[in-house]
Amino acid sequence: MDVKVKIRRYDPDIESPVSYWEEFSLAVPETATVLDALIQIREDMDGTLSLRCSCRSAICGSCAMRVNGHAVLACQTKASESLDSEGIITVEPAGVMPVMKDLVVNFDPFWEKIRTVEPYLQPQGPEPEGEYIASNESMLHLSGVTACIMCGACVSDCTVLEVDPTFLGPAALAKAYRFTADPRDGNAEGVSQRRLEQLSMPSGMWDCTRCNECVQACPKGVAPMDRIMSLREQAMDVGLGNNNGARHAEAFTELVAHSGRLDELRLPVKTVGMFNIPALLSFVPIGLRAMTHGKLPPLMHKSVANVQNIRRLFNKVNQSR
Amino acid sequence: MKYAFFPGCVSQGGAPELYTATKLICSKLGIEIEEISGWTCCGAGVMQEKNQLFGDTLNARTFAKAEELGLPILTICSTCQGVMGQANLRMKRDPEYLAEINSHLAEEGLEYKGTAEPKHLLWILIEDFGLDSLVPHLTRSLSGLRVAPFYGCYIVRPTEALDIEDHPERQTSLESLIETVGATLIDFEGKTRCCGFPILTINEKNSLAMVGKHTSEVKDLGADAMVTPCPLCHLNLDGYQPRAAKQLNRSISLPILHLPQLIGLAMGFSHQELGLQKHIVNTQPIQLKVGAGAS
Repeated sequence: MDVKVKIRRYDPDIESPVSYWEEFSLAVPETATVLDALIQIREDMDGTLSLRCSCRSAICGSCAMRVNGHAVLACQTKASESLDSEGIITVEPAGVMPVMKDLVVNFDPFWEKIRTVEPYLQPQGPEPEGEYIASNESMLHLSGVTACIMCGACVSDCTVLEVDPTFLGPAALAKAYRFTADPRDGNAEGVSQRRLEQLSMPSGMWDCTRCNECVQACPKGVAPMDRIMSLREQAMDVGLGNNNGARHAEAFTELVAHSGRLDELRLPVKTVGMFNIPALLSFVPIGLRAMTHGKLPPLMHKSVANVQNIRRLFNKVNQSR
Repeated sequence: MKYAFFPGCVSQGGAPELYTATKLICSKLGIEIEEISGWTCCGAGVMQEKNQLFGDTLNARTFAKAEELGLPILTICSTCQGVMGQANLRMKRDPEYLAEINSHLAEEGLEYKGTAEPKHLLWILIEDFGLDSLVPHLTRSLSGLRVAPFYGCYIVRPTEALDIEDHPERQTSLESLIETVGATLIDFEGKTRCCGFPILTINEKNSLAMVGKHTSEVKDLGADAMVTPCPLCHLNLDGYQPRAAKQLNRSISLPILHLPQLIGLAMGFSHQELGLQKHIVNTQPIQLKVGAGAS
């Protein structure tokens, strides 16, 4: 199979280094992965091409990179399925992290964030006489998130990290959930209050946009964003509601439970807090602009017909939880 | 061709022009839409953080009402589409979960049988109506109008809840539509990224950075407008664009069209009829370029 591989190259050791595209034409077996093609290029065509790889079996997590704009493990991605209409496979280094050379990125910020969430069990209170007991169900639940191989694909494609390097990011937050959801972590009831408090701070769980990029990118089904949503639920359940993120989720639910549909005028007010005058004032220019353009949501929000059915559903669902 | 119409909250609030433009083009195309009576908010992914069961129950309620009508559901919002698709997948995969939800709906005399397939107008136009059938309705040339696509996260990810495997063409649906209506496609990498709306009141700086990044990138590529099938993206990319431009310390002025507005322009509807005067970013340059002053 003839393929063209277009690679984003970068050499820090030349004078005035800049990244550039280089295209290689080669024949690979039908069964070749993108990693096979890259190794073939390095061995037969250009020995200076730098990339990380090891197991070639989607276990070690070394070869995460962007193929056709999205983060994947190159060893898990078939070349034949990656060709565009012109027979080209476009390969770039993973996003967000600084490029060191060609397809090799610097993982230091990644590991720093993993360390920030203190990735080890921290039981509180007196030690049990025997071993710490964890139910089979809780461990089965955690098996999804412990499948993480730290490849950085989720971080590469995170839309928040793209604009804000201080965000903890999907890998570290999913790792944090691995501990907050472990019954052996935290107090005797398995509540990791201190962790959840720290994770509720700016740059933590509430800064995720829920864009699903990390869910799509993860080669191991960890679904980091779903773990972040679970962290938010845990935080709200233990009373950590004094921030815009938690207030937003709570107000949204409350407003819909009350009228069946979203009251777009009241949601932002309830999110920032009724007495947060500076934040409320910042809405004024936006509100005025919307009003002059006939886009201001109705001042008198209407409930859906037979809204008592919605309110009853809300109460019933809550009682059953 | 008839559908159970799910308008979504934003078309009733911050983006009323989306509702008007949808009804206008559907009527002229002969796509009959019957609004689902008493439909409720899909939860937008926000309610699901706090109470997923309640969110899914509300969506099941809407699905059950569409089943009663015996019609497939038409959505006009990427977020509604994605959230409803995800809720539907959870219920279809887990009969016990669906039974639990139906036990809550029973008091209202409703039951969701699991047959609903919510479908965005964008997909309906391509898969059911057909782009070839759209062409005869295009009476105004959009030649020279340079338009960039912006999908909205929930209509592209996660692919499992969007049936992308069986419908790979959905991944390029917006580009196909832009080209069919005769506009020039301005492709750009950010088209499937996040607009930042979900964190607008949580981390405004980051949200505006996303607005600024996408709109300025497209502007610099020479686009006259961006088109989106997601009214939440529209609210942020249009309504907060002036603030994003200020944060970037540059001017942007990129009109953000709702999907049916772009189609409506090509079908000969006027600027006013499509509600383009309601946008925050001035849409007059588009009117001048395509001559949409009168119907």
